[in-house]
Amino acid sequence: MEADIIADLATMLLREVVNTDFMTNSRVQTISKGSRKQEKTDGGCEWYVCEGFQLILKKQAEALEALGVCSQMKDEVLYSFWRCYLQKSKQAYCNRPAGETVKALSVRESSTDVDSEPERPSLLHLLSLSESEGDLLTDCSFASSMSKVSESTSIYSGSVDGSLYLMKNQKEKLRMTMPTTLSFCYMALLWLREPITLSELLRFVVEGHIPYLNVFQHFPEKMKLCGLDLKIFCVESWPVYEEVYNKMLELAVFLDLPRFPDITDSCFLHPDMLCIKYLMEANLPDELHNWTCRVVKKIGIGEVDFLTLVPGNKSTRKVKYDILAAAVIVVVLKLLFLLDDHYEWLLSDLAEERNKNNKEGGLYFEFKKWYEVVKHSLDVEQKKLDEERAKYLWRCEKPLFYSVKNKSRVLKRRQMVVNLQNQFGKLSGSVRRAEKPNPSSFQLRWSEENTDGSCFHGHSLKGILQEKCGLLTAMNPDYWLCTVKLCNEKLCGHLAHYREEDFPQSYHFVLRLFSFLLRIQPSYIHDEVCMIEHKLFNKKLYKKLKYNTVLRK
Amino acid sequence: MDSFLEEEEDEEAAVGRKRSPAAPAGSTLQPPLHLPFLPVLLHQPASSHENKVNFKKSKEACLSYIQDAMLQKQWKRAAEFLTFYVESLEKDYSREPISPSEMIWRIGTEILCHHSHSSMKEFNCFVEQMKTLGVKRYLKVCLEHVFHLLCNGQIDEAYQNLSLAESWRFGEQTALQDKEMKLIQAYRGLLDYYSWSKQKNVLLERGLDGFADLSVEQEMHSCFRKAAVNLKEIIKIPGVWDLFVKCYVDLLEFYGDHNEARQVLNEYAYNSKFPANPNAHVYLYQFLKRQGESKKSVISALKILHDIVPSHELMIDFNTMLQKSKKRKKRRLGLEVIFAALDYAGWKENVKAWSCLARQVKQIVISEKHLDWIKQEWNSRKDWWPAFHFSRYLAKRNWQENKNLSYEKALVAGILLGKDGKYFKYVSHQGCKAQVKRFRILKKFVNRRNPVYLRISGLSDSSVQP
Repeated sequence: MEADIIADLATMLLREVVNTDFMTNSRVQTISKGSRKQEKTDGGCEWYVCEGFQLILKKQAEALEALGVCSQMKDEVLYSFWRCYLQKSKQAYCNRPAGETVKALSVRESSTDVDSEPERPSLLHLLSLSESEGDLLTDCSFASSMSKVSESTSIYSGSVDGSLYLMKNQKEKLRMTMPTTLSFCYMALLWLREPITLSELLRFVVEGHIPYLNVFQHFPEKMKLCGLDLKIFCVESWPVYEEVYNKMLELAVFLDLPRFPDITDSCFLHPDMLCIKYLMEANLPDELHNWTCRVVKKIGIGEVDFLTLVPGNKSTRKVKYDILAAAVIVVVLKLLFLLDDHYEWLLSDLAEERNKNNKEGGLYFEFKKWYEVVKHSLDVEQKKLDEERAKYLWRCEKPLFYSVKNKSRVLKRRQMVVNLQNQFGKLSGSVRRAEKPNPSSFQLRWSEENTDGSCFHGHSLKGILQEKCGLLTAMNPDYWLCTVKLCNEKLCGHLAHYREEDFPQSYHFVLRLFSFLLRIQPSYIHDEVCMIEHKLFNKKLYKKLKYNTVLRK
Repeated sequence: MDSFLEEEEDEEAAVGRKRSPAAPAGSTLQPPLHLPFLPVLLHQPASSHENKVNFKKSKEACLSYIQDAMLQKQWKRAAEFLTFYVESLEKDYSREPISPSEMIWRIGTEILCHHSHSSMKEFNCFVEQMKTLGVKRYLKVCLEHVFHLLCNGQIDEAYQNLSLAESWRFGEQTALQDKEMKLIQAYRGLLDYYSWSKQKNVLLERGLDGFADLSVEQEMHSCFRKAAVNLKEIIKIPGVWDLFVKCYVDLLEFYGDHNEARQVLNEYAYNSKFPANPNAHVYLYQFLKRQGESKKSVISALKILHDIVPSHELMIDFNTMLQKSKKRKKRRLGLEVIFAALDYAGWKENVKAWSCLARQVKQIVISEKHLDWIKQEWNSRKDWWPAFHFSRYLAKRNWQENKNLSYEKALVAGILLGKDGKYFKYVSHQGCKAQVKRFRILKKFVNRRNPVYLRISGLSDSSVQP
């Protein structure tokens, strides 16, 4: 089944490729033959920016393979996507696009007359043309060091087309950036329906299991990196979920991909499956899975057509599988416990009473105990995470310098930093940070074997359920909507606006828990919760609106 | 099974009106507002990227962890986080008020000062690196390094560093850091004085004989010259230079240049450009006393001190001096001085102060002249001195702890508050019980002089003699 999909993709892409007579393309010939003009005297060679990205993608795919992803991802899927991208963006596998000169702009010693080169973009203009936050923008040393040479000095980069790359019009072609490499990876993972969600992928990146930060260190020696290349390949911030996800959608459209392979209910990414994982991780009773399945079924988010990605279909809201599953659990908790800072504690007290008096037949789930146990662990882990965040090291051994003039200064600084790190490292007493922890899918672990009763998987929900007409329903009769009306996502960016003080503490806690597990802001989970609620209570809301309009008439 | 929501619908419909979903305030429907066209940029609320973890944010977090650790004196932890912070040297922060290099210098110094495993060698190595980091701070770093060396007793190294720093030149920076340069020169002068003083002592001990000491003597003189030049320079600038002034005056006095010394001290004490400094007057007074100057000049020097710091420890000497004076005004001033000194809590248990007051009061009472002086002084104090000095509790305590103190105080209390005052009554009673002679004499004295008390407190009608 998987092989079929891949074969389909390959043929589809090949159809495009075959049309172009790329044998005459000298650039491709050059790359495939491996011969380079050894122009530079320092042992460097000509290299193009897309080659750099190709290397990065390769490394990332290898890392994913080491994590257990099937090898098809790297060899076939990702490679096909990349080739398709190169072709569509006319960087390779095509005739040289007209009007574009790829000749590098070399460094000039003397200043040039500004008037004679009206189209030469100014340095600062180029610096501002970055999609990313532009942290390197604040590096005034670059601007100042360059301005010392001359105002209109040409652009300096190690790669052949570094400056051109930044000048490209963003709207026409999807420009490659570091976060976009992760979008590629995720797209490939999604195509293969691998059991890695986007939040997990990003977490692995931050934990260092997937090369991202300073991956240019592993470029071959011949590929010299300097000047504007730094703007392209150096990152000083971790990728944000939204950014990577939206880019992926853009990419899928850009590459003209067809409907992705179906996400069926046996797939890991299906809400039912993901809910199991998150319920386990959140230390909630297994019985809740029943309820999540019911909710999923009722609002139809388990349908194949809902879950499967169709690029280009603007009418459907795109599915973020991990956030969706977490939101389903939150809704179920609200259905059963209300989470209004009163009712859940009431139920918990009742369960406690029952547990005290009646030990046989298994323990009833007590919200209060669960809250205490999970909160404690969550606080500990959150504190660790916060400290880890303060301890990130962004720079690496390979020095980054914008120009040769800057080189000695940069090297001196680097040396000083290393010295200081050694000096104070000795004083910090404890052993240097241990090797990065093994990558693991679960961040919080609860074991039934613990006798301290800290694992709630096996607890029963009987205390909060009642029988009605032969059916088990929740004792809780009420529900509160997070929001009465959804915002327009295109205008606002969000479906609803979350502020901690507007909502009950228990609700905030549950959001915080999943926010930690998924490493995203609580507001994103809140958005999905609102969406689910509106689907769930659609009829009621619709009725109410209708009633209101009737009233007005 | 899936209809659990449907069956609730009916109930909800009934209950729905009463219990509408607790929609939070932020999402209620607003009446439509007609606004002018907003540019597209402003349609969106704050960027979702505000939580983006980037270089700047993570270094800020790192810094706050360092600060926490330092405040809790967890030096190992602070050092650990500092190793992660030093990276920020590689990034340009020229827009921030405090640059990372300054931050690292200051934090690093603190940690190295307090950490149990750090040594002077490490500290020196660190500071040398810091000197190369910021040209604008070079002299400041040098100066602080010197202070640290001095605190650790490494005088020679400190001197070397000062000399090095003095010879530093860096274009326009030299002019900008002029103040630090002056300080460096002043401290070098100070160290010159120190070595001068050592050599002087050596010579004095050995006596005046011996040509072998000639080299030492010459060295001593050259130290003097070097010190004098630098110290003189710094004293010219308005400021608080107590240490430098003292040393300079010492030098001048040794070489017999008293005029210069007097001028310097006068300048230091009386020049209005200099900040008000009690010590200036103290030094001047001490100098005048050493020189055996006339009482008049000494007293005028101390008078200013009394005005600035009525509770100064020299007030006792001042009062003693004034009491002996033949002039009425001076004696009057003496009384004022001692009363003012005893206004302060620090003097409460000082026997000498009380004995001065007691003596003067006794003398006035016996002579029966100038009772109005006491009356005037007591007027502003009769509301609060009784509770401040003469409470029953204090009577007991003073008696237990210090008989001399209680004696002097009792005398004063007896005159000011009469024989029936709490303090006097208790102490004299105790004293007589213990059969201590002087207390009996005291009791008799006060009893006899009770009319004086009445006159002082204004309870009698008789006019007061001048």
